[in-house]
Amino acid sequence: MSEKSYRDAIREAMIQEMDRNDGVVVMGEDIGVYEGTFRITAGMLKKYGAKRVIDTPISEAGMAGTAVGMAMLGLHPIVEMMTMNFSIVAADQILNHAAKVRYFSGGQVDVPVVIRGPQGAGVQLSAQHSQSFESFYGHFPGLTVAAPATPADAKGMLKSAIRGRDPVIFLESAALYGMKGEVPDDADFTVPFGQSRVAREGNDVTIVSYSRMLQLSLTAAERLAQEGIEAEVVDLRTLRPLDLQPAYASVARTHRCVVVQEQWKPFGAAAEIAASITENAFDELDAPVERVTGEDVPMPYARNLELLATPHEDQVIAAVKRTMYRS
Amino acid sequence: MAKPKMESTATLDPAACAPEWIDILRRMIFVRRFEETTEREFRRGKIGGYLHVYIGQEAVAAGIISALQKDDIVFSGYRDHAQALMLGSDPNRVMAELFGKATGVSKGKGGSMHLFDVEHGFYGGYGIVGGHVTLAAGSAYALRYRETDRITVCYFGDGAMNIGSFHEAMNMTGLWGRDGMAPIVFVIENNGYAMGTSVERHSALPDLAARVRAYNIPSEKVDGQDVFAVRGVADRVVRQVRETGKPYCIEAVTYRFSGHGAADILQPYRSKDEVEEHKHRDPIVILRNRLAEVCGLTDDDVKKMEAEAAERVAAAVKFAEESPAPEPDELYRDVVSE
Repeated sequence: MSEKSYRDAIREAMIQEMDRNDGVVVMGEDIGVYEGTFRITAGMLKKYGAKRVIDTPISEAGMAGTAVGMAMLGLHPIVEMMTMNFSIVAADQILNHAAKVRYFSGGQVDVPVVIRGPQGAGVQLSAQHSQSFESFYGHFPGLTVAAPATPADAKGMLKSAIRGRDPVIFLESAALYGMKGEVPDDADFTVPFGQSRVAREGNDVTIVSYSRMLQLSLTAAERLAQEGIEAEVVDLRTLRPLDLQPAYASVARTHRCVVVQEQWKPFGAAAEIAASITENAFDELDAPVERVTGEDVPMPYARNLELLATPHEDQVIAAVKRTMYRS
Repeated sequence: MAKPKMESTATLDPAACAPEWIDILRRMIFVRRFEETTEREFRRGKIGGYLHVYIGQEAVAAGIISALQKDDIVFSGYRDHAQALMLGSDPNRVMAELFGKATGVSKGKGGSMHLFDVEHGFYGGYGIVGGHVTLAAGSAYALRYRETDRITVCYFGDGAMNIGSFHEAMNMTGLWGRDGMAPIVFVIENNGYAMGTSVERHSALPDLAARVRAYNIPSEKVDGQDVFAVRGVADRVVRQVRETGKPYCIEAVTYRFSGHGAADILQPYRSKDEVEEHKHRDPIVILRNRLAEVCGLTDDDVKKMEAEAAERVAAAVKFAEESPAPEPDELYRDVVSE
């Protein structure tokens, strides 16, 4: 174990996998000579050469699509989207091709492509650069959608993604890049997809979240503890496949549930999660499942407005109290 | 539509009587019969969804695919039956795919637009016009990354040249070609129409071959009705691309005799006279006339080929009809790896 930032954990995962398998290549805008907008790929061009660290033009569809073709022929490309907001330009390549070619070919090809990059709000990047895409990508069968909340998970899940045989949308939280945590050094450390975890134990209420909102939920849980309310916090880790068993088990004890997401409320991940909990644990619930979400507006630039648009701890605490009929 | 002005680049020498030309004619006759039969089976309700046939364009698939080496790979748009068959896919399994049967090349899960046969080098069969061009470009990079001498051929229609990802693929391929990392032959199947919109109406510059040169990809036009011409260009281009790892684009000027798809019955975008005029340049007739001239091919020889094709296609229909539908469990397979 050693202490590492979320950013360095991602970087280490890529380096370890590139050392392990010469079929792993990285491509993206300004990842080589410029060394990456967030410096995640710094030094890689020098170490692995231009055939493995591919600087692309500003062509998201081009890089995603060519990566799918490389993957079908046995390489393991990692596509860095400078931010996941730009991945919408490549939606056809990702949703119509990467996600479906295994199926419509009757299983004749693997598509081990990883599309990774930062997403989310919090640093005044305004409307086009602050979005979250878990429900967008999570809607499509054929994709795996990961959203790690800790440096250890960022490393272990990215390594699973690179070693896999399927397309993975790897959603990094831009606001967590500087966050530090204990990360296993083992070159074969991986975290499998579809295994949620209990990040904090408690018996009074269940909070379900992922990525940066998981960290927000944990902070809220500590404040609730000071008021004598012990929240159990479940970290989903992947949105597809979605493992809600720990959430159902938790709700069976707490009988109350709050789901926290950064993205907009309509048709968001929390809607799917709340519906599933209602379908599968209805008899356990003593209150409706609450959702804490971002405000239903494009992200504003002004700092005060941005803070109003994104979820904060007070909203989580208030939602928890509503499920307990306390104020 | 203006008639293409081109000269055949192939010389009609005694080698033209090589058995391979006879084989190419046999394949083209077979594909024609196969496609006519799929139209009939569509009308009989045996084939569902969309059905886009290759009738009139046979020389484009035949002339290029016959120039490939066995382990080269091919990507195509949705008008893909001919490519699969020319590459050697089992006609039974192709027909079974169109019938939606478990024995189909894609296990009945792809249909007409998504034929797929990796064993024979066919990497699909894609339904988003122009969407597959990036995939083909990436596949070529992977082939050269692994230091093989294999190449990719990517077929697309004239209509595919107006989607954004097409241009991104072209530009990236042009860049990769500088380092010899793009062993790919792009084949524009210019049949004059993007569905019902003519080239003149959809392309600001109707000279399609010229457009790709903006991406540092050399190109040339060829008469897509003349398989000698297509094969002549293909032999040279395939060799060059294999040797250099640099991309090349062939614009095959052709014409589809059938509608865009099986549902395109009225065809308000072109006149019957125009279609009839182009039928005078039927690629199969052009080839058989040439072979009659240089090889002494007789009408009886051709009739025999047609009878063989009819018999083989009938057997494929029978196979498809008698094959089982996919098991219900198949619904959930191949979504992700198992």
